[in-house]
Amino acid sequence: MGVVALFVFSLLYISPGDPAAVIAGDIATAEDIARIRAKLGLDEPYMVRFGNWLWALAHGDLGVSIFTGLPVARLIGQRIEPTVALTLCTLIVTIALAVPVGVVAAWKVGTWIDRSVMGFSVLGFSIPVFVIAYLLIMLFSVQLGWLPVQGYRSINEGWWPFLSHMILPSAALGTVYMALIARITRATMLDVLSQDYIRTAQAKGLSSNQVLLGHALKNASVPIVTVIGIGIALLISGVVVTETVFAIPGIGRLTVDAILRRDYPIIQAVTLLFSGVYVLINLAVDMSYTFLDPRIRY
Amino acid sequence: MKSSIRAMLGAALVVAAALNAAPAAAQKTIKFIPEADLKSLDPIWTTAYITRNHGYMVYDTLFATDAKFQVHPQMVDKYETSKDGLTWTFTLRDGLKFHDGAPVRSADCIASIERWAKRDVLGQKLGEMTESWAVVNDKTFRLQLKKPFAYVLEALGKPSSNVPFILPERLAKTDAFTQVTDPTGSGPFKMVTAEWVPGSKVVYVKNTDYIPRKEAPSWAAGGKVVKVDRVEWLYIPDSATAANAINAGEVDWWQQLPSDLVPLLSKNKDIKIENTDPLGSIGMIRFNHLQPPFNNQKLRQALLYVVNQQDYAIGIAGDPKNGKPCASYFTCGTPLASDAGSAVLSGKRDLEKARRLVKESGYKGEKVVVLDATDQPIVHPQALITTELLKKIGLNAELQAGDWGTLITRRSSKEPVEKGGWSIFHTWWVGPDLATPALNSALRGAGEKAWFGWPNDPEMEKLRDAWFEAPGLAAQKKIARQMQLRAWITVPYIPTAQFTIPTAYRTNLSGLLVSPMNLMWNVDKK
Amino acid sequence: MSAVPAALAAPRSVSPMWRGFRDAFRRHPTAILGGVLLLVMVAAAIAAPWLWTVDPQALSPVRRLKPPSGEYWFGTDMLGRDVYSRVVYGARVSLTVGIAVAILSTVLGLALGMLTGFVRWIDAILMRVMDGLMSIPAVLLAISLMALTQASLENVIFAITLSEVPRVVRLVRSLVLSLREQPFVEAATAAGTGIARTLVRHILPNTVAPLLVQGTYIFASAMITEAILSFIGAGTPPNIPSWGNVMAEARSLFQIAGYLILFPGIFLSLTVLAVNLLGDGMRDALDPRLARRM
Repeated sequence: MGVVALFVFSLLYISPGDPAAVIAGDIATAEDIARIRAKLGLDEPYMVRFGNWLWALAHGDLGVSIFTGLPVARLIGQRIEPTVALTLCTLIVTIALAVPVGVVAAWKVGTWIDRSVMGFSVLGFSIPVFVIAYLLIMLFSVQLGWLPVQGYRSINEGWWPFLSHMILPSAALGTVYMALIARITRATMLDVLSQDYIRTAQAKGLSSNQVLLGHALKNASVPIVTVIGIGIALLISGVVVTETVFAIPGIGRLTVDAILRRDYPIIQAVTLLFSGVYVLINLAVDMSYTFLDPRIRY
Repeated sequence: MKSSIRAMLGAALVVAAALNAAPAAAQKTIKFIPEADLKSLDPIWTTAYITRNHGYMVYDTLFATDAKFQVHPQMVDKYETSKDGLTWTFTLRDGLKFHDGAPVRSADCIASIERWAKRDVLGQKLGEMTESWAVVNDKTFRLQLKKPFAYVLEALGKPSSNVPFILPERLAKTDAFTQVTDPTGSGPFKMVTAEWVPGSKVVYVKNTDYIPRKEAPSWAAGGKVVKVDRVEWLYIPDSATAANAINAGEVDWWQQLPSDLVPLLSKNKDIKIENTDPLGSIGMIRFNHLQPPFNNQKLRQALLYVVNQQDYAIGIAGDPKNGKPCASYFTCGTPLASDAGSAVLSGKRDLEKARRLVKESGYKGEKVVVLDATDQPIVHPQALITTELLKKIGLNAELQAGDWGTLITRRSSKEPVEKGGWSIFHTWWVGPDLATPALNSALRGAGEKAWFGWPNDPEMEKLRDAWFEAPGLAAQKKIARQMQLRAWITVPYIPTAQFTIPTAYRTNLSGLLVSPMNLMWNVDKK
Repeated sequence: MSAVPAALAAPRSVSPMWRGFRDAFRRHPTAILGGVLLLVMVAAAIAAPWLWTVDPQALSPVRRLKPPSGEYWFGTDMLGRDVYSRVVYGARVSLTVGIAVAILSTVLGLALGMLTGFVRWIDAILMRVMDGLMSIPAVLLAISLMALTQASLENVIFAITLSEVPRVVRLVRSLVLSLREQPFVEAATAAGTGIARTLVRHILPNTVAPLLVQGTYIFASAMITEAILSFIGAGTPPNIPSWGNVMAEARSLFQIAGYLILFPGIFLSLTVLAVNLLGDGMRDALDPRLARRM
């Protein structure tokens, strides 16, 4: 994470974009811009600024947004709930659908079920997220009128408002992810199912379900979980697009706006947040290995 | 004493309980999609139009301009000028209060004006002319000038960025280059900061203590009567989503929609599409006068003969209804606009003449860098059209695409293009900002001190100074014509088109005001 | 693992492996279909000027938003440019991005992966950096780069490559680590073969197949990522068409002039589909145990 912090800070430092110029507006003169820069402390040497930032960070102070003047922590706090909700919903829906589908495809390998599953999953990879999003909105919101077009409703406002606003975004975002997980599940299951111990279990007279779930899936779970972990980075790229199309006030859009406006404090804080989350997820994935595969011990 | 207070409190509590027990009347809320995301709350610190619109919600002004360009008192009750024109005395209306309950005093007004004058172009001119401001009493204050200045009221009632809004003295004392983050003002709305989600939602409620004037509203002048309880600004960045949202009734009012989406909404009989901003905005091609090749006047003139304003109008506005040519350096539709010398831009396009001028200028194939901001729907099409045009007349043009943030940073560079400089960039200004020599910064020829592009034209500066001294409209018009004729020769910039952006609202809203600034009083919702 | 014994007899090991690969490949018709489709797209990209196209950047605002017709096969866009020409020329940019990213990330990932597999101390540092890099989503990296300089093809390729390299490094690293323990490698080391020679003669041939498969997936995903970057405004410069930025520029007109997104979208999806099918075929043709590592 330290690497990331240094990397990001340096990157922004050498950036030619200048928030002072953005702030000063169209009619500003060079002197105006210089004065704003001075006020924002953008003129101080690199080490001083980096040091200040680290110092503030150590005290839990993420700084103040250049543009709104609001504390970064507050901005992130406001926007984190929708992104987390969206990501969780997508994960749940995706895993709940894709894993069983992959298992079934592996079980019925070579049949039309398998082929159509694989067909859909390759299709899922091939269409960009925003096209899927637009198509879904056109069908379910505009033509059928079943679901709202955009926005986010916190779960405090009730189950249905929350869910109805989450369905389309999760579906759009999850398509790629579902394709990936279904394929990996199928591939891993195929590999496991060809193992000897499966045939032994079948010979022993265990039902298909018991074989599938009890033995095969458990052994296939390690790579599947690994892919889930890797896929989360993929998810974040899609989150930005999804939040833009569905006007969800989440972290993705916050970051993109901050980058385009060179609002350094926000960019720095969010990058740290991302890498922190990533570390946590990797940890969680590693931890889960111990449950899923007794052979792996740390 | 104590017991009577307690009795009163008790009575008040009972009354309050009774009132709460009664079913509350439904709150009238307008859900509005603004033109941009509100990032800064300080309309003096930034010229961004969205912040100016916010300013009109929570602040009030001493004077205001109406649709006929007449300036009327707003917060001021009466004013007097001394015979020699050097002393102006203003008296405030009764009952003006800030949102925190404090009354508006002279000191607040003076501090606010002084802060505004440090940043604003017209304010700076006023500042040059000002000897002093003085408080006479809490409701009366005095302005002492060094020389008679005909534009005191125009300055104090300036409609668009920067607007001289009145802030509480404690906030107005903030340095003009530091943001004020507390939106306390004396305007017809109050901002609910607790519900503000930057990038997504801004919430305002009616200021029940506001005392509107009795006159009918016209632009920012007249009575500001708020007819709803609550206004929510919901920023939706994706225009397809915004269109679907208003179609579905999830929002009531969309400030600016791309004209290409008009057909999508016009099928809906619950939506009205109108133009509430007749003056619109003007796009422009701005040259870098310091660096080759456009430090050469002949080369700038060459472009005049091939720019087809109709192309730019359609490229920007889409629908011919919303964009038209305006071959004038002063906004068409304002008193100083004229067609003096306009034939060079509005007449038949002459590719041959342009190519000849390019040769005569001695152009040797230097690289022309056109800056583009792909995230700006007004800048982007202009950049693309211009680049193709430059290639057509034989220039070595290169489009360098970035975002708006990059563009406004790069345009401040005076270096040659090999060192990261630029030759052309595009932008736009709202109509009022280009209507007079006092406000049109792009026309000025102050050389290195001028607006980005830095045209050096002492002759133009002399004309501008003369305009300030001009006695009366006829004389002003004459000088304006002279300035325009000069501009066709020196070509500080080329105006590309005058365009308006339509507004869409659901039919349950009424009372929308026609004005170049987005104003939300007088609007009612059924 | 059939490939390992083959690797024992160094250079000659290549042909039997490749022959088996080719035969297995032929047994997957979908992969062939994918390959053919891809070739068609590449051919179209190269032959663009001769396919009845006009200058893709020539604009004429008065001719804007005309639906597909005999004159404008795919219609015109919001500035009057011919969509058909933009889609055909767009193949050049999109395919270039895909191929460039695939090759760059594979080569870089290979080099770094082999290094980390063999040299302990580089491993520690590099893997931390890779982890750090992986935690920054590709999209944000690309926007930052674009904000740093300007929108350009190079920046897009660089940004996407940077985000794909860590995965390749991991793949190669795990391959190297497992191969390193194999007896034939130990034998080679015992015989005094230098690290470089070991790498090239014994490890490298065994990485080719999985990298090839991985490369095709990267090719596909890079094209989609380019589209997403254009959507956000951090993609290739908009006057030069790519499938991604043609779609992105027309996004608000989806319900008015859907053909603006439909045509480039179909071409993009078909190409990505083709590449994915190709990759699947290749992967299935190889030893299935290699597939599991991906």
